[in-house]
Amino acid sequence: MFFGIEWDTSSQWAFAVSIFPILLHGLVVTLQATVVGFFIALILGLILAALKSAPTRFIRWPAKLVTEFIRDTPLLIQLFFLFYVLPEFGLTLPAFLTGALALGVQYSAYTSEVYRAGLEAVAKGQREAARALNLASARAFTHIILPQAIPRIIPALGNYLVSIMKDVPVLSVVTVLEMLGVAKIIGDRTGGYLIPLSMVGGLYLVMTIIASFGVRYLDTHLPKRGLSLK
Amino acid sequence: MNDATDICDPIIKFDKVVKRFGDHVVLDELDFEVQRGEKVTIIGPSGSGKSTVLRILMTLEKINDGVVYVGGEPLWHQRKGESLEPAGEQHLRQMRSHLGMVFQQFNLFPHMTVLRNLTEAPVQVLGVSKAEARKRGMELLEMVGLTDQADKYPHQLSGGQQQRVGIARALAMRPKIMLFDEPTSALDPELVGEVLNVIRTLADEHDLTMLLVTHEMHFARQVSDRICFFDKGRIKEEGRPEEIFTAPKEERTKAFLKAVLDPDD
Repeated sequence: MFFGIEWDTSSQWAFAVSIFPILLHGLVVTLQATVVGFFIALILGLILAALKSAPTRFIRWPAKLVTEFIRDTPLLIQLFFLFYVLPEFGLTLPAFLTGALALGVQYSAYTSEVYRAGLEAVAKGQREAARALNLASARAFTHIILPQAIPRIIPALGNYLVSIMKDVPVLSVVTVLEMLGVAKIIGDRTGGYLIPLSMVGGLYLVMTIIASFGVRYLDTHLPKRGLSLK
Repeated sequence: MNDATDICDPIIKFDKVVKRFGDHVVLDELDFEVQRGEKVTIIGPSGSGKSTVLRILMTLEKINDGVVYVGGEPLWHQRKGESLEPAGEQHLRQMRSHLGMVFQQFNLFPHMTVLRNLTEAPVQVLGVSKAEARKRGMELLEMVGLTDQADKYPHQLSGGQQQRVGIARALAMRPKIMLFDEPTSALDPELVGEVLNVIRTLADEHDLTMLLVTHEMHFARQVSDRICFFDKGRIKEEGRPEEIFTAPKEERTKAFLKAVLDPDD
């Protein structure tokens, strides 16, 4: 029994059907962690991207160093730091929040690069034209550069959403009951790992296929030349 | 620009201007003047610093030494008592308002309609009302023969049409000086004529100062008051078009003109 749901071990089919709702409980947690982690990555990445293009190198360099550090260390180490080390300094966060935060921090290093690359991909001539027309730099950014960068940025961010979802199982090591962790517990208690783990694999496949379609849809339907202004 | 200043003063003046990209000297203590209303064409081999002159004037490129004056005011500097200090953004914005630029690659805003390309800056920078800016935008489109394209996006236009919009967009800011940076170099040969015709019309305007970088030698000869031949970051030779094109004095000028006018020899 798990989440108050009994499993039926009379046959393999019955077992699979009976643990499906249990796995769905885990799936919900997986999706929650994905969404919260992605949201943190979006905001933190934007802040990092802004810092990395700051006018002074005293801001730029530390920001680049932080990005590099996050990117070059495994997610698991960051997760352990947040979960085991922070409490030594008196800061204890719930397991779910710790996990989502670790995902968000890890992926902020990637999203910050997406923002930066997207902005830099806007042709240099666009900035020059804006300057020649004497547009204020804030106006040039919001009305010339950003509308052209967004259609490049969004599909790339979507790809990282899929990656985050696939990294959520790491959180099971800090007791977050996401889908894989739930499957493992079912296996531990019933002795049958094949069916729950296969089902998790199958569910992941379905989710990533749906998400990939979504990303591809965005990619083809976003206006290539920028969000149009009449 | 103070209209009370002596009418004989050059509207553009380069005083021993140096521009370097790394170790490469692009402008080598360049002295160069353009009079009010004058139409000047800069010709010369690639890398001779032609476009750099325009880009410095449009404040897209900083200078390393010397002083550039526009309308008697230093462009990249601010007067502080007797001395000159590097200019702040406020000063640059003020100076920029006298200049308009047409780019080789057009650089139209691809996400804005043709008309919005023409109204964005007048509304945002000059504070013109939207209705006023549209009215003026349509007048400019009429001048370049594109009134029927107002609601289209740049990619729906031919290269020649896009460059005509580029010219109209620059004119919408009512500049006193127009800079043309190889305006027809990115165009298919059959589209060059329509753009040159628009520039020709502008050249008839007495008050407008025009500075043109181009490889269209016959056109340069027709519209220019003066031709400057640039070589290695300096003016090697300058004079009236007929002098330069029929009786160049410098060997470098002769060789260059021979190469561009009779490329098959």
